[in-house]
Order: sequence, then C-alpha cells, then structure tokens
Amino acid sequence: MERKTIRLLFVAILLLFSSVELSASGSEEIEHSGANITDTASLQRGAKWFMNYCLSCHSVSYMRYNRMAQDLGLSEEMVMENLVFADAKFGDTMEISMRPDHAESWFGNTPPDLSLIGRSRGADWIFAYLRGFYMDETGGWNNTVLPNVSMPHVLWRLQGIQQAVYKTETGESGYSREVFDHFEMVSPGVQTAEEYKETARDIAAFLEYVGEPAKLQRKGVGVWVILFLALFAFLAYLLKAEFWRDIH
Amino acid sequence: MAKITDGLTKQAEALLGWVDERLPVTEFWNAHLAKYYAPKNFNFWYYMGSLALLMLVIQIVSGILLAMHYKPSAEEAFASVEYIMRDVDWGWLIRYMHTTGSSFFFIVVYLHMFRSMLYGSHREPRELLWVLGMFLYLLLMAEAFLGYVLPWGQMSYWGAQVIINLFGAIPKIGEPLTQWIRGDYFISDATLNRFFALHVIAIPLALLMVVVLHLAALHQTGSLNPDGIEIKKTKGEDGIPLDGIPFHPYYTVKDIFGVAMFMILFAFILFFWPEAGGLFLEHDNFVPANPLVTPEHIKPVWYFTPFYAILKAVPDKLMGVLLMGASVLILFFLPWLDRSPVKSIRYKGGWYKLLLTIFTIAFVRLGMLGMAEGTPAQTWEMRIWTFAYFMFFVLLFFMSPGARTKDVPERVTH
Repeated sequence: MERKTIRLLFVAILLLFSSVELSASGSEEIEHSGANITDTASLQRGAKWFMNYCLSCHSVSYMRYNRMAQDLGLSEEMVMENLVFADAKFGDTMEISMRPDHAESWFGNTPPDLSLIGRSRGADWIFAYLRGFYMDETGGWNNTVLPNVSMPHVLWRLQGIQQAVYKTETGESGYSREVFDHFEMVSPGVQTAEEYKETARDIAAFLEYVGEPAKLQRKGVGVWVILFLALFAFLAYLLKAEFWRDIH
Repeated sequence: MAKITDGLTKQAEALLGWVDERLPVTEFWNAHLAKYYAPKNFNFWYYMGSLALLMLVIQIVSGILLAMHYKPSAEEAFASVEYIMRDVDWGWLIRYMHTTGSSFFFIVVYLHMFRSMLYGSHREPRELLWVLGMFLYLLLMAEAFLGYVLPWGQMSYWGAQVIINLFGAIPKIGEPLTQWIRGDYFISDATLNRFFALHVIAIPLALLMVVVLHLAALHQTGSLNPDGIEIKKTKGEDGIPLDGIPFHPYYTVKDIFGVAMFMILFAFILFFWPEAGGLFLEHDNFVPANPLVTPEHIKPVWYFTPFYAILKAVPDKLMGVLLMGASVLILFFLPWLDRSPVKSIRYKGGWYKLLLTIFTIAFVRLGMLGMAEGTPAQTWEMRIWTFAYFMFFVLLFFMSPGARTKDVPERVTH
C-alpha cells in the first residue's frame, strides 16, 4: 500500500523537476559546441591555437607543459620547439611574461588566468564567446556573449571582421527594442566560416581539458570501478540470499 | 591435519578468553551484533543507517588525505586544491570522493530521516534516538558549511558572507557576534584558518561522539520496522523476539549488498558526473575568491536550499532568520507533535499519506526555489510552500490523535 504512495510521490517529484526553470532571468540559450576532449587531434589543434594566440596574454598557471604533452600524445621536443614561446622549462606551468600593471594600462583590465575557464564558464560558452566578436559602431571590438569586453578579437585574421545586424522587436508592453539578429561578414578572414567554427571548437575543447586534465583518466578508471562493484554486488547478493533462505 | 586445526582453534579460544577477561570483546560482539535482534522485515529505507556510517568513514578517510595537501590560507587555499586536482597522485579521486561524498551524505541522511517520518521511528520510546539524530544533522550542516568555505572559491567566500551575516540580524549582539565568528572585520585568512580547524577537528570529534550516543540509544530500544510495532512484545520461550533475527550475520550481509549497490551509484557520479551539473560542485566556485566582485547569483549548495528558500520568502531579515531557524528546530519536536495511536504510515490512514506527500513536495520544491534567482513569482511560490512546510507540523499535531486508523497486526508483515 505505502509502496504505491511512495511511487506516486516519486512521480510527483520528478514532474516538479521537469517543470522548473532554475535560472529565471532569460540567459540566452547557448549553442552546443560539440567540443570533445577525447578527440586528441582536436585537443592538439586547440593547444596549437591557444599557444599561438592566447598564451601571450592569458596565463594557465595551474597547467604544466609536460602534463599537457603527456595527455595529448606530444613529445618533449615537439612541445618545446613548437608550442613553448616563453622562456619556460618543460615541467613549468604556463605563465606569461606580461606584467599585470602593463596589461591593465593596455587593455583596462588584467587578462584572467584561463586554467579553470572551462569549468567556471564551460566549453559551450567559450565556443560562443570566440564566435561572438564583432566590430561595433565605434569601430572597436565588441562581443555579443560578453558585451563591452575589453579583450580585442585576437583571432580576427582567422575569422575575419563581422558586424552585428539588429532587428526591432516589439514586446508585450508595446515597447520596441533592438535585439541582435545575426552577424554579417564585412571582411572575410583566412578561414571559412566552417573552418573557424572548427577552430573555436578546438580551443573550447582544449580549455575544457585544461580545466580538468583528470577528466581524461577518470572516466576510464570509472568503468573498471563500476564493473568491479557490479561483480561485488552480485556476489554480495548471492551471499545475502544464501543466508536469508531460512527467514520467512 | 585435523589435529593441527583443532589445536589452533583451542589456542585461538584460549587467546580470546584471555582478552575477554580483560576487555569484553565477546560480550560487546554479542550485545551489538550476534545476539542483537532486529526485525526481519526491514525494507529499502533501512539501508540508510549503515550507509550514513559508511559516508562518515569515506569523508573522514578522504578528508585526512586532503588535509595532507591542502593549505588553509587565503593566499594558497585555492591553488592547493588545484594542486590536489592536478599534481597529487590520484588527488582528483580523493577530492571527488570528498565532494561527491558530502552530497551523498546528505542524500542518505535525508532519506534516513524520511524513513522515520514514514514508519514513526521517532515515536515513543525512541524520542532521544531522534533528538540525537537531529543533533547529528545540525553538526553535519555545520561541517558541510565550514568545509564548503575551504576551497576559497567565489561561492565559498560569498556563501560564507551570506551565512555569517545572518547572525548579524540578531539585535544588539549581531555585529560583534559576526566579528567574533570571522575573527576579523571581514571574511579573511583568519576566518579560513579557524574554519579549517573546526572542520577537521572540532566538528568531526563531536560528530563521532554523537554517533556513538545515537547507536547506543538505538540498541537500547532496538529498531522499529515498517509496521511500526515492537517486536519485543512477542518473544519466544527462549526470550528472543519471534520476529527478530540476529543483526549478524543477517543484516551484516544484507547491508554489504546495500553498500555495494550504493557504491555503484556513488562511483557513477564520482567518475562520470562529479559536478552534477553544478549541483554538487558549483561553477562559480572554480573562480578564486574575490572580495571585490560579488557573483551575480549567490546560493548555497543544494542540501541547504530548502531552508534558504524559507529565509528568502520573508521580507524582514530577522524574521526570515527566525523562521529559517524554526524550520530546522521544529523537527526536534516531531516525536511529540505526532500523537497518532499508531506509528507506521501503513496503518495511519489516508490523511497522513496526504500530509506527508504535500510536506515532501514542499521540501523538494523549496529546495529548487532556493537555487533559483528569485523572481517575484518565485518569491510568492516560496511563501506558499513555506506555509505548507509549517502546516504539516500544525496539522499533524491536531489531526493525529483523533484520526481513524487501521488495525495494526500483532506480528510484522512483509
């Protein structure tokens, strides 16, 4: 009897969960990036883009070059010759040489360390952010994902220069406002739109990996742990059944 | 061959006899395991007690390992956690055991408490057992709050800010009290350092002591069961309850199976979904604590959000704090608020099923609303469920004595 009640209760709770909107203020739906950290080639490309374009301003001070090399299947020579531009050793973390006070006077802000951006913001956000740069009316860089961000579009040579096109939307109250509609490419870059999407995806994947390098191992370990536990549970069940045979 | 084993057995018995004369090992074993009789009809809900004990052990073991690498200083705390995650061998496993463990501890404890509400395990003569359990729950909340500050992320910092400031709502002594808790004019290195001391020594010690008392109280009265009847009332000629079975080996082997199933679920989250979508590990806590930048949306971890929602439902700060406190404290009085002649939901009648269902929905819903950003509509909803939460206790008190009940069987059913 109470089994039925409990089941009913669970159904009610599940229904509640499915109907709730936890973030009330409408943060726009972010496109799924498709970043895949098990795709080593993608991580390698991401590492290449990152080292070339991002690491001059953004440090990754919790990430070591040798750990990255090991996880991404790169040799020490490859990393030291092609990816390390700073005066760093193989076992060092990824620091930058730019001084914070210089950075502040150049950009108005110190570029944040990106060790954990993949965890605080997520790959999808990075993917959208890297594709959200446009040149606004002032002739300066702006971003739809992070409006008025002080970071210039470092990857503009790859993506090209785009402008934002707005449309007028009239709300229920009769107010009309300009909302972002789509981007228009004014000056194409080296990469096609598809290629640039791939680049943004690779960087997002790389930063997701950098946020939690253990992610590459833990799932593999987890499969064995769960297989072991399943076998253990099975044996424990047989043991229990054997002991309980005479209990009625 | 047989002679040798006989000889060995005799020697082992002699050794045990020697020990027993000096330390009551056999006596203790019999009193609490081999000759401690538990009802034979325990169901799913009765796994939670042993699982809570398991969680305590997991938290202590993983906590000791974390403390070997963690640095309790505002300068180094955040980086030392990342050092554990990246450079310490299996550090990520240790840390995820602890973080997943804290959430699972609460899941188990909430289910454990809910079991009590289903079958009346807190009713006479087990009131003290329940009260001690409530103290364990309070200690666990304190332990979780203190521990959450240690990684020194944005949510650690600002969560602590919100919770400590609640004490500031108390008239007159509020401000000095918050200062005394922080050990500084704002949350700082001093705060972190003392929270570490409390988290790794003070509260765990108290937890362990109250766990011993909780178990002592349990073994004094014996467990209740899903039928809510006392098995000690019908004893056989040998003085053993007819519906009782020795805890060991019957429930030890059953609990081993429960532990195995539970560990599968635990491992699944730990290895494949340790953040639980931001529920177990919040995204904002991967940003180092920054006293100058307030996060957009400060909220506690999920196991506190039902009470946080009650706090937010009240416009006045002091009243909100008092109501939130009342929502936890009222649980202490549950054994005396339920005055029904029967204990188990099986025989209490439909009214109790309805009350408990609404209470459960209110609690879960408040938990979800406590995480939300708080639109005016949500605030109103929080008020409705807060009302429902408290009405459960009021209605229970007034309805339980007179409500029609079903016949309670003499012996346990299945």
